[in-house]
Amino acid sequence: MSSDPRDEIVTHLPALRAFAFSLTRNFALADDMVQDTLVKAWTKINTFEQGTNMRAWLFTILRNTYYSNRRKAGREVSDAEGVFTESLSEKPAHDGRLQMNDFRRAFVQLTDEQREALILVGAQGFSYEEAAETCGVAVGTIKSRVNRARARLAELLELDDNDKLEMTDQATMAVVTGARAGGALG
Amino acid sequence: MVQSRRNSKESEVIDENLKRVYQDMLEEQVPDRFLDLIAQLRAQDDQGSTGDDGKGGASA
Repeated sequence: MSSDPRDEIVTHLPALRAFAFSLTRNFALADDMVQDTLVKAWTKINTFEQGTNMRAWLFTILRNTYYSNRRKAGREVSDAEGVFTESLSEKPAHDGRLQMNDFRRAFVQLTDEQREALILVGAQGFSYEEAAETCGVAVGTIKSRVNRARARLAELLELDDNDKLEMTDQATMAVVTGARAGGALG
Repeated sequence: MVQSRRNSKESEVIDENLKRVYQDMLEEQVPDRFLDLIAQLRAQDDQGSTGDDGKGGASA
């Protein structure tokens, strides 16, 4: 029976890419980060504590690689917004109140640190403690980044404007205009 | 507090969209280059692990 924790790495690849992409907002750069992370994880597997969260461990390697490269480069990817919003196909918003591209456009305007905190806590489902450990900062720092990220998104998406929010909801629109929601034809 | 109720509604909407964006990314096909890389790393290990590196546990 194999107990090599490295056998588990492959199962984290989709999450690793998703995290890399939300951080870099660029597919090519994200995949370079994932590649570096794989090599590092493979050779430094002895620093992984068995029984702990491997995904968090991999994310830590990836983000450290990213921030260290960013420091060296001294600048951020210039057309990040365009790459991010155009590289993913738009899916119809069945139940969504917001068009996905509007959301992505707002999301990429957050700082790297805010996007990272929000993705880990809001999408990946890490606890504040796990996110804090992954990012090497205090729990309070993660909480404040998440709060600031949410506030900024709400501002960018004008979520405080409730009328506008409801009116973009197709079901609500249907009710307002007297049409039948769901489109079941007699 | 009115303020916090509004904030929790905002958070709900944001997280819902955030999860959808993240889910889209999770569903992206993992390129073969990563599986190839892992196979390559594994092959390198197999070649270079004749010495005792102290990790042991090769076969039980």
